Amino acid sequence: MLSNFDFSVILKSLPYLFGQGMVFTLSLTAMAAAGGVVIGTLLAMARLSGIPGVWHLAKGYVELCRSLPLVLVIFWFYFLVPYIGAYVTGSSTPIQVGAFPSALITFTAFEAAYFAEIMRAGIQSIPKGQTAAASALGMNYWQTMSNVVLPQAFRNMLPLLLTQTIVLFQDTSLVYVLSLTDFMGAASKVAQRDGRLVEMYIFAAIVYFAICFSASFLVRRLQRRVAIIR
Amino acid sequence: MNYNWNWSIFFDQSPEGTGTYADMLLSGLQWTIVTALCAWVIAFFLGSLVGVLRTLPSKTANAIGTTYVEIFRNVPLLVQMFLWYFVLPEVLPRQLGDAVKQMPDAPFYTAVVCLGFFTASRVAEQVRAGIQALPRGQRMAGTAMGFTTYQTYRYVLLPNAYRIILPPLTSEFLNNLKNTSVALTIGLLELTGRARSMQEFSFQVFEAFTAATILYVLINLVVVVAATFLERAVAIPGQR
Repeated sequence: MLSNFDFSVILKSLPYLFGQGMVFTLSLTAMAAAGGVVIGTLLAMARLSGIPGVWHLAKGYVELCRSLPLVLVIFWFYFLVPYIGAYVTGSSTPIQVGAFPSALITFTAFEAAYFAEIMRAGIQSIPKGQTAAASALGMNYWQTMSNVVLPQAFRNMLPLLLTQTIVLFQDTSLVYVLSLTDFMGAASKVAQRDGRLVEMYIFAAIVYFAICFSASFLVRRLQRRVAIIR
Repeated sequence: MNYNWNWSIFFDQSPEGTGTYADMLLSGLQWTIVTALCAWVIAFFLGSLVGVLRTLPSKTANAIGTTYVEIFRNVPLLVQMFLWYFVLPEVLPRQLGDAVKQMPDAPFYTAVVCLGFFTASRVAEQVRAGIQALPRGQRMAGTAMGFTTYQTYRYVLLPNAYRIILPPLTSEFLNNLKNTSVALTIGLLELTGRARSMQEFSFQVFEAFTAATILYVLINLVVVVAATFLERAVAIPGQR
């Protein structure tokens, strides 16, 4: 019962939970989001390019990622990355990849599919006349994209990209299935070591809630500020 | 690159003695589907209720609905799963808690309840959006006809709102289906978990995961096709 709720377990493990766990979670989120947005934008451009083969490939990749559960994708990459590494370096045995790089590759590749869908909507939200105007000014495809379309697409989609990043932040807790020490992994390791599951899991829930709730509040405020008045 | 492919592994007996590896994956698929369907029943009804609460004129109803959605959307599913499975039996009165712990198939029931409540918060957002997308006149017309609030929702607002939100509800259903895989952390023998066990028993990593991938893609296709038929079946003739 809650009468023997032991706060001291939480207090003692704070340095471990935040110093190791939260640092892992936040750096994974930030790096995967940055990589995911870049690759996602390229995927969206490929999908809208209309070049046979290229857009099929991009569409296939996005649809495949979106129909698989993240847990399965985490397992896939965990076992696949050593073989890809061996292929790239030409080594005959699978190479060892650390836990963090493996998780980073997984989340970047997986979330890229979701960011791609957002960016596709963003690119399509820019009126056709603007690309036509850019062509009329003699800009090529890359100049049009980087100077005209993408800056506006990013601005329009910023709230959605950030909301997806909050989802990504929550999803990183699933590295638990590889026994990595993210925030949730750290909480669960302390919980099992000290037999204090109730305290640790409730605390983890409160921390996640506080972060995600304030983050989505900020996103809503930002949304009002960046909205382009037409 | 020296991976030994062995596609006939699926016909080998699994060390659990309950049939072949293929049987093992198919039983995982069954658990995935049954869990997703049961959770969806909770998610749909609870989500509709919470979504409706957020559109009522009452401030209290609004606050309850908003609180529900914020709590269940801002805590990761994995954490929620652990709260239901490990924490709930401890904070319940002792007798009840012990009964919960000794329940057969506890992971299954926990996963259903957890996913149901989690997905309900997402369904609620869709239902709210659907109701708010309707012209204000519809609610007023309901009132003018002498309908009570319940009748207005039951006969006017909800039937229209559900038709509008059918596509996003389909993707919520698919998310719900994929999210069942998180329940492997509490020991539910669903598809991803079974593929993982097959990999541990047989060391045929990529065959196991390829099979699971194909099965997931197949159920996705089935759901998408079924949703298209449903959309056509419930469409109001003459609209659009």
